[in-house]
Amino acid sequence: MDKSQYKDVYVFIEQREGVIQKVAIELLGKARELADSLNEKVVAMLLGYEISDKAQELIAYGADVVLCADERELVQYTTEPYAQAITQIVHERKPSVVLIGATTIGRDLGPRLSARLETGLTADCTGLAISDDRELLMTRPAFGGNLMATIICKEHRPQMSTVRPGVMRAKPKDENRQGTVENVHIAFDKSKFKVKVLETIKEQKNRIDITEAKVLVSGGRGVGNAEGFEMLGKLAETLNAEVSSSRAMVDAGVMPHDRQVGQTGKTVRPDLYFAMGISGAIQHLAGMEESEFIIAINKDKYAPIFNTADLGIVGDVKKIVPLLTEKLAAMRK
Amino acid sequence: MKIIVCIKQVPDTTEIKLDPVTGTMIRDGVPSIMNPDDKGGLEMALALKDKYGAHVTVITMGPPQADDILREAFAMGADRAIHLSDRKFAGADTLATSNAIAGALRVLDYDLIITGRQAIDGDTAQVGPQIAEHLDLPQVTYVEDLQFDGEKTFTIRKSTEEGYQMLQVEGPCIVTVLATANKARYMSVRGIVEAYDREVEVWNYNNISVDEAKLGLNGSPTRVWKSFTKGAKAAGKVFEMEPEEAANLIIEKLKEKFII
Amino acid sequence: MDFSLSKKEILFLQMIRAFAEKEVKPLAAEVDEEERFPVETVEKMAKLGIMGIPFPVEYGGAGGNNVLYSMAVEELSRVCATTGVIVSAHTSLCASPIYEFGNEEQRKKYLPKLCSGEWIGAFGLTEPNAGTDASAQQTMAVLEDDHYVLNGSKIFITNAAYAHVYIVMAMTDKSQGTRGISAFIVERDFPGFSIGKKEKKMGIRGSATCELIFENCIVPKENLLGKVGEGFKIAMKTLDGGRMGIASQALGIAQGAMDETVKYVKERKQFGKAIGQFQNTQFQLADLQAKIQASRLLVRMAAWKKDMKQPYSVDSAQAKLFAAETAMEVTTKAVQFHGGYGYTREYPVERMMRDAKITEIYEGTSEVQRMVIAAALLK
Repeated sequence: MDKSQYKDVYVFIEQREGVIQKVAIELLGKARELADSLNEKVVAMLLGYEISDKAQELIAYGADVVLCADERELVQYTTEPYAQAITQIVHERKPSVVLIGATTIGRDLGPRLSARLETGLTADCTGLAISDDRELLMTRPAFGGNLMATIICKEHRPQMSTVRPGVMRAKPKDENRQGTVENVHIAFDKSKFKVKVLETIKEQKNRIDITEAKVLVSGGRGVGNAEGFEMLGKLAETLNAEVSSSRAMVDAGVMPHDRQVGQTGKTVRPDLYFAMGISGAIQHLAGMEESEFIIAINKDKYAPIFNTADLGIVGDVKKIVPLLTEKLAAMRK
Repeated sequence: MKIIVCIKQVPDTTEIKLDPVTGTMIRDGVPSIMNPDDKGGLEMALALKDKYGAHVTVITMGPPQADDILREAFAMGADRAIHLSDRKFAGADTLATSNAIAGALRVLDYDLIITGRQAIDGDTAQVGPQIAEHLDLPQVTYVEDLQFDGEKTFTIRKSTEEGYQMLQVEGPCIVTVLATANKARYMSVRGIVEAYDREVEVWNYNNISVDEAKLGLNGSPTRVWKSFTKGAKAAGKVFEMEPEEAANLIIEKLKEKFII
Repeated sequence: MDFSLSKKEILFLQMIRAFAEKEVKPLAAEVDEEERFPVETVEKMAKLGIMGIPFPVEYGGAGGNNVLYSMAVEELSRVCATTGVIVSAHTSLCASPIYEFGNEEQRKKYLPKLCSGEWIGAFGLTEPNAGTDASAQQTMAVLEDDHYVLNGSKIFITNAAYAHVYIVMAMTDKSQGTRGISAFIVERDFPGFSIGKKEKKMGIRGSATCELIFENCIVPKENLLGKVGEGFKIAMKTLDGGRMGIASQALGIAQGAMDETVKYVKERKQFGKAIGQFQNTQFQLADLQAKIQASRLLVRMAAWKKDMKQPYSVDSAQAKLFAAETAMEVTTKAVQFHGGYGYTREYPVERMMRDAKITEIYEGTSEVQRMVIAAALLK
C-alpha cells in the first residue's frame, strides 16, 4: 500500500437528534494536535439529516474542512447506512487517521468499518500521539486496566481509533477560525438496510447492583440521614454512579440492605469508591478495600478509613459534597 | 432454529493483582473463565433452545486449554462444540481473529449468531461486528433482550447511553450480548458428568476457507508497539483543606482516573 | 496412586462453589436466624441435579458418583451447614437405601422423583428410648393382609417436615432383637402418618428436624424395603453412607470457618499489625489447616471406596470421627480468633461453631464411631 496517498485526520462527528455529542468536540481537539504535528488538515465528517447548520461550529472547534452528508437515510443511527457513508468518504478521500467516539454508536460503527476497509482499529484509546516516523501511536488499557498497551497500524490505512467520552480535552471554541464546508452525496445500497428501529427510549437507567457499579458513592454515620443520602444521590447522578451505604445507615433504616457494603453486606470493587462520613470499621473495609481508587471524606482525621483511602480529605461531607456536585454538573453542561 | 455462539476463554481480570513494589501484573494463579458477556450470549441461546427447541453450537478460537470452556458450554446445555486451534491463528488482532472465526462460520448453518459484547481481557467489542461484516450480515450490538417470533424475526432491545432502543431484524443476523442481559444458568450435574465424554470438534486452518495472509499475526493490521503498567499504587495522602479546595482536588483526581 | 482431581471434578467444583457462593451463602444467616427450611434453594438444587448426584441416569440421577456427592455436601456446608445436611440426609439416608436395597419397582417408583428433587427424602431410626442402642426400637409393624400397620414414633428426623418419602425402621418381631427389625418406605400421605413437634436446635436450625408419628399407619406390603428382618442391616449400611455425608458436612463447616478466619486475621489489626502476622496465630492456623486437609483425604477415600464397591464402613467411621472433631476444634478456635466479634452474629463463625457440634452427635456419635473403628481393630 502506498501510504503517501493517505493524509489528514478525520473525525466522525456523532450527533443524536441533531445534537453534536461532546465526544466529537473532544476528538476535534485531539485531531487538531495530531494534524498540527503532521502538518495536515482536520476533516470533520458530519453525517445526519438537516444538520448542515452545525458545520460552522465544528470549524470553531478545530476542523479545517467539514464534509457534510445531509441525507434522509442518516436521520438516526443504524449501522449500515452510516458504514456505507463513511466507507464512501474513505474510498474517495483516503484519510490517514479516522477517530470515532467510543460510544454505543461509535463502538458499533468502528469495527464494522475496519472490517469493510480491511484496516486496523484500536478501541477505547486513552492516549493518541504521532511518532517520529509519522505513525499514529494509540495507547489503551487492557486486562481490566492492569496493563497499558501502545498500538500501531503501520501497513494499513486509515489508522482508526475509538476514544471514550471525557478522555480528550476539547479546544476552546474560536468563532473566528476559518474553514470550508463541502457537501457530500452518498450513493446508498438500500438493499442492505435490514435493521429497523422501532423506537428509541430515553429513561432514567435502572439502579444497577452495587457490585456491578463502576463508581460508588457510599455514606455512613457522617451522612446522618435520608436527607444526607439525597445529597449523595445527586453527586452519584453527575457521575453515573450508584449510592451505597455502611451498615450503620442500613441498621438505622435509612438505606435498604441491598445497598450495604461490608462483611454482612456486599463486597464491591468499583473503579472509584467514595467513603463519605464512613469511619472505616473493619467490617466495612472487608467489603470495599479492593476498590481501584478510594476517596474518603471524614471529619475525624484519625478515622481508620484514611489508612485505606488513596485520597483522604479531613472535612465536612455536608459542605464538600454539594460543592463537588455543583462543579461536576457545571462541567457536564 | 440453528444458533451459533462465539465464546472466548479469558483470564479472570478481576483476580489479577499488581505487584505492590514493581507494579507489574501477577498473572500466576489467575483462573481462566468463560468471558462473562459470552456466557450471557450462551444463556440467551439456551433460553431460545428451551422455548423453541433450537440447536446450539458453541465455537471458540484459542489454545488447547480453551477446551475447558467448551466443556462448560456442554454442561450448560450446548449441543455441539467447535474448537478452532492452529498455530496459523496465533498472534491475531481483532480483525485477523474475526477472519478466522468468520471462515469457520461460513462452513456452518445458522439462523442466528451470538457473540458477547466484548471480552474482559481486551474490552475491544470489535470481533462481533467484524464477523458480521465478513459474513455480510446485519448486526445489533449491546443487546440486553431478544425476542423471537418463532418464524424469522427478532425484536431486540439494545442498551444505549440514554436508555434503550427497540430494533427489529430478520435472521440470519449477528447480535452481541451483555452479561447483564440475563443470569446465566449453572452447569447441571449430569451435564458435567457427561461433558468430557462428548466430542469437541477441533478445527484447524484446513477446515476453514480463508486466505492465510488474513490470519494470525500476518493478517493483523495492528501491532503492539510497547506495553507497560501504570505503576505501583502510591500510598494514600490525607489533606486538611477548605471545602472549595477539596472539591477541586477531587475533580482533578477524577480527571486523572478518567471518571470524568 | 493419584490424588489429583480429574477435569470432571474440577468442573464440578467450579459449578458447586459458584452455586454455594451465590445462591446458598446469602441465605445462610437468615435460614439460621429464622429456623427456616430453604425451600427455594432446594428447588434450585433440584433443577441442577444436586438432589440425585450419585445415582444412574436410568433412575433419573445425574450419573455421578459418591466423590462428587461428597464434594457437593462439603462445598454447600462450607457456606451453610443446613443446606449441606438437607442434601446429605436426602441422598444418603433415603435415596441410597432405595437404590441399594430396593427392588426394581421400588427403584423405578421412588428414585426418579427423589433424584429430580420433586420429592425430598428422610430417614427414621432414632426413637426416644433408642438412640445409640438401636435394638431398643419400640415402633412396631404388624402384617395384616396386604399391608403393614405401624405404631410408634421416631425423633430428631432431618428434613421431616418437608419430606415426601421416609425410610422407617420398625420391629416386625420383637423376640428377634435387631434381627426383628424391618425397613419400610413410608410416604407422607399414608393414612395414620403424621409429623410431630419441631425441635428447637442449637445449630443446623433450618433443617426442619421433627418427630414422625405412626398411629395405625397403613404401609402397603410392597413398601417393605429388603426382606423381613433385614432392617437393622439396612440401617447400618445406610449409616455407613450417611457418615460419609456427615463427614463431608463437617469438613465443609471446618473449611468455611477457616476461610472466614484467614480473611479476618489479614484484616484485623491489633498493636499496629494484622493479627495474622503474629506467630501464635500462624502456628495455630497451620495446625488446623493440616487437620482439615487430613479430614478431606479421609472423606474422599471413604467416598472413593464406596464408588469402588469396596468395604468402607470403617473408613466412613474414621472420616466422620476425625472430620467432626476437627470441625468442632476449628470453629471454636475461629470464634476465638474473631474475639468479641466472633461471639456476635455479625460474623458467621458463631453460627458455624453451633452447626459443628451436631456432626459429633448424629448418624452415630463420636463414641459410636470409635466403637466401629475399635471393633475392626480388635477383631
